[in-house]
Amino acid sequence: MIRFILVQNRQGKTRLSKWYVPYEDEEKIKLKGEVHRLVAPRDQKHQSNFVEFRNYKIVYRRYAGLFFCVCVDANDNELAYLEAIHFFVEVLDAFFGNVCELDLVFNFYKVYSILDEVFLAGEIEETSKNIVLTRLDHLDKLD
Amino acid sequence: MPYYRLKDLIKAIRACKTAADERAVIQKESATIRTSFKEENNDARHANVAKLLYIHMLGYPAHFGQIECLKLVASNRFADKRLGYLGIMLLLDENQEVLTLVTNSLKNDMNHSNMYIVGLALCTLGNISSPEMARDLCAEVEKLLGSTNTYIRKKAALCAMRIIRKVPDLQENFFSRAKSLLNDRNHGVLLTGTTFITELCHQNSEALETFRKAVPLLVRHMKSLVTAGYSPEHDVTGVTDPFLQVKILRLLRILGKGDSEASEAMNDILAQVATNTESAKNVGNSILYETVQTIMEIQSEPGLRVLAINILGKFLTNRDNNIRYVALTTLNKTVSIDANPVQRHRNIILDCLRDGDISIRRRALELAFALINESNVRVLTRELLAFLEVADNEFKQGMTTKICLAADRFAPNKRWHIDTVLRVLKLAGNYVREEILSNFIRLIVLTTDLNAYTVQKLYAALKTDISQESLTLAGVWVIGEYGDILLKGGSFEEEEIVREVTESDVVDLMESILAGPYANQVTRGFVLTALMKLTARFTNSVVIQRIQANLERFSTSIEVEIQQRAVEYNNLFKVESIRPAILERMPAPEVKDETNTNRPTDDVAVGNSETGTLLDLAGLSNSGKAVETKNTVDILEDIFGNVATAVPTTSSKKDDIMSLFDIPNNTTTTATSNKATTVLGAKPANPLDSYTAYDENGFKITLDPSKDASSPNVLNIMVTFHNVAVGSQIQNLLFQAAVHKTQKLQMQTPSSTNIAPGSTATQLIRVANPQKTNVRLKLRIVYQTSPDTKIDEITEFSGFPQEVW
Repeated sequence: MIRFILVQNRQGKTRLSKWYVPYEDEEKIKLKGEVHRLVAPRDQKHQSNFVEFRNYKIVYRRYAGLFFCVCVDANDNELAYLEAIHFFVEVLDAFFGNVCELDLVFNFYKVYSILDEVFLAGEIEETSKNIVLTRLDHLDKLD
Repeated sequence: MPYYRLKDLIKAIRACKTAADERAVIQKESATIRTSFKEENNDARHANVAKLLYIHMLGYPAHFGQIECLKLVASNRFADKRLGYLGIMLLLDENQEVLTLVTNSLKNDMNHSNMYIVGLALCTLGNISSPEMARDLCAEVEKLLGSTNTYIRKKAALCAMRIIRKVPDLQENFFSRAKSLLNDRNHGVLLTGTTFITELCHQNSEALETFRKAVPLLVRHMKSLVTAGYSPEHDVTGVTDPFLQVKILRLLRILGKGDSEASEAMNDILAQVATNTESAKNVGNSILYETVQTIMEIQSEPGLRVLAINILGKFLTNRDNNIRYVALTTLNKTVSIDANPVQRHRNIILDCLRDGDISIRRRALELAFALINESNVRVLTRELLAFLEVADNEFKQGMTTKICLAADRFAPNKRWHIDTVLRVLKLAGNYVREEILSNFIRLIVLTTDLNAYTVQKLYAALKTDISQESLTLAGVWVIGEYGDILLKGGSFEEEEIVREVTESDVVDLMESILAGPYANQVTRGFVLTALMKLTARFTNSVVIQRIQANLERFSTSIEVEIQQRAVEYNNLFKVESIRPAILERMPAPEVKDETNTNRPTDDVAVGNSETGTLLDLAGLSNSGKAVETKNTVDILEDIFGNVATAVPTTSSKKDDIMSLFDIPNNTTTTATSNKATTVLGAKPANPLDSYTAYDENGFKITLDPSKDASSPNVLNIMVTFHNVAVGSQIQNLLFQAAVHKTQKLQMQTPSSTNIAPGSTATQLIRVANPQKTNVRLKLRIVYQTSPDTKIDEITEFSGFPQEVW
């Protein structure tokens, strides 16, 4: 199960944070900092995309200047979550059309609703890009 | 000036040059938003909450917006509801009181005719539901699970999962609906349904039984996913819905675990997935990885297990670090179950020690240590020693400990054992734990026939390098102890040239250590003592005077410990009559103090090796401490009889001790010919009769229990060793025993360790049994019938009738 999802840029600015287990506000700030310090200096080529973190694992993937990190249980399938991150990014990319960091900043509320169509309650919810995009399209029309 | 639109606010914040500017902008904006909230400005609410959420994301306080979010949710406009729920999910969590106010809105929205509004409510419930909310809305979710709309069913399944995670009591409400989820034709519903059922089976054994019947259905789903041609909807680089495949495999794992029928039913599909899945891409590998884990956990056929291990073997050669990482992690899990198939990939694992990624190196190292056994200890230790030379410093201490423990456990002979530890000391002498060092010294002392070899080796090592602290300490101690043997020289096999060592050479070396840059108080202490001992080993009076001068020099040392030693040693020269006796060789060092108040003699050498070897076997260096604690309890018990209060406080330590005794059984099965013969023999009428605990190869051991006169809780057992028909003298007998952790054991020194044919020897053991439970003894018997035949057996005895204890 996913405990939290963080999207941060290289400077450690949070672009999205989703918590599926309750944490105190101070704890959230601490976690964001720790995850950033853990993930940002890692070598892209020679290191794996998994880091142990407390009793959990961070599965992360870097897209340009953005780190997409999910914190999952120790016995979860890391490779599948890596694929799930990519799926989420593909949806973002299709939705915004060649997504960049600024899209996420100015449309942060949309990013959350995209996330909510892909993950729910810390589990992956939908794996078809078309279905997600159609739903998002309908949602936007309702607004 | 307030910013009216979200976009303007974001732009303004981005335009800030410094953090202080940013704070100022946000404070100002927060204040405006707050005022606007107070004024109940309905038109501006949406924009204000949106801005507030952005502010919240930057890490600034935004909790004053919680109630506004509730108001948005109550609105009829979809856009308001959407933002309101988003705000609730961001600003609230299950631990906050305000959340109870949301329950009613959620209930209403779940019954809304617009599926997107229902979706929003489900999403909110799924992400932040508290236990109370879960109870209140359980019925709604149950109803929505049966919705005709896949979008709603899909979300409801995950909400149901969240609900039973929060309140496991609610499981039963979902049983009937859950079954139909597995028949769903929609991928999304199937995916979330499988996730939900996995959680259900995880929690509830009744559900587990029910869903075992669904194994054939799941297998069919798997099959259609694997064999289906290209399906654009769920395709990920040529694999059909890998996420669903992974979820189903995971559920199969739970269903197949511990159930042979279910395991049997999934064997074929697992084999099919394992062989047919494309392994060139991460997607395929994620499925293979899940398959392997399932195969390892269920009761699969041996052939399938080999296949699984081979997949991991192939993973290890993959160039992708992620794949190697998961392979090593999984192998680490499986190696404890069955190490043999993993052995075949030993070389690749060793290659991973040189990987660029430290977490891969760490895992490979763990795995390499787990793979060591009698047959490969030489090869693996050689590799590990080679790695020790280049290893990261943070690994070194762990490595030295583990290498030495492995050597302790599996050493083919003493010579190799000594060589190995010596090499460790040479390579990483600054990263060696104290226990390892003292184990090494004990090994040297106990291996009398290799003393000459060892002392020469250490001398030579110190001649070339005095920078490794542990090496220096061991070397100095051994040279002090066996200085005379070092001088005698003599060759030890092989072509190595034996150095001619003179007494002054030795003192030169000691002086160089004292003067060297690496000396510290501990080394100085060791050197002084060694020098002092050497005065009893050396004959050249000039050299002895030199030593005296050295000691003299330290009698004004500013380190109290050193000064005290120097002064005491100097004074020892004045009492020539006792000096040589004091400086005699040390007896074998004790790990376990026997602490018998009524021990007849101070015959140390025999009794003490027992615990030593047991510790070695168990491979737990720090457990020496635990053993000592146990003994102090024993003393107490000797003094006060049954000390019940001591029992709970030391229980955890005793667990350690028990685990010590448990380990040898697993680890040495192939090494020694131990037979776990449980003697549950017939119970004789007379309770205080003699019981036979062991009778093999003409060697018989009988036990004579009797109640201790002073304490009713203590059972004295006189162990008698009969050399009935061994055919030769029994030599170096070592008898060890262990009892259950609620009991405590004390062993006295045996009357003899050598038993001539036809004669007997005895040893008294005392078992403190405050809880009056069955006395079960685990026994280990080691003896030699000739210098090269060593017999090592483990047996159990629990044949005492109740009257005895």
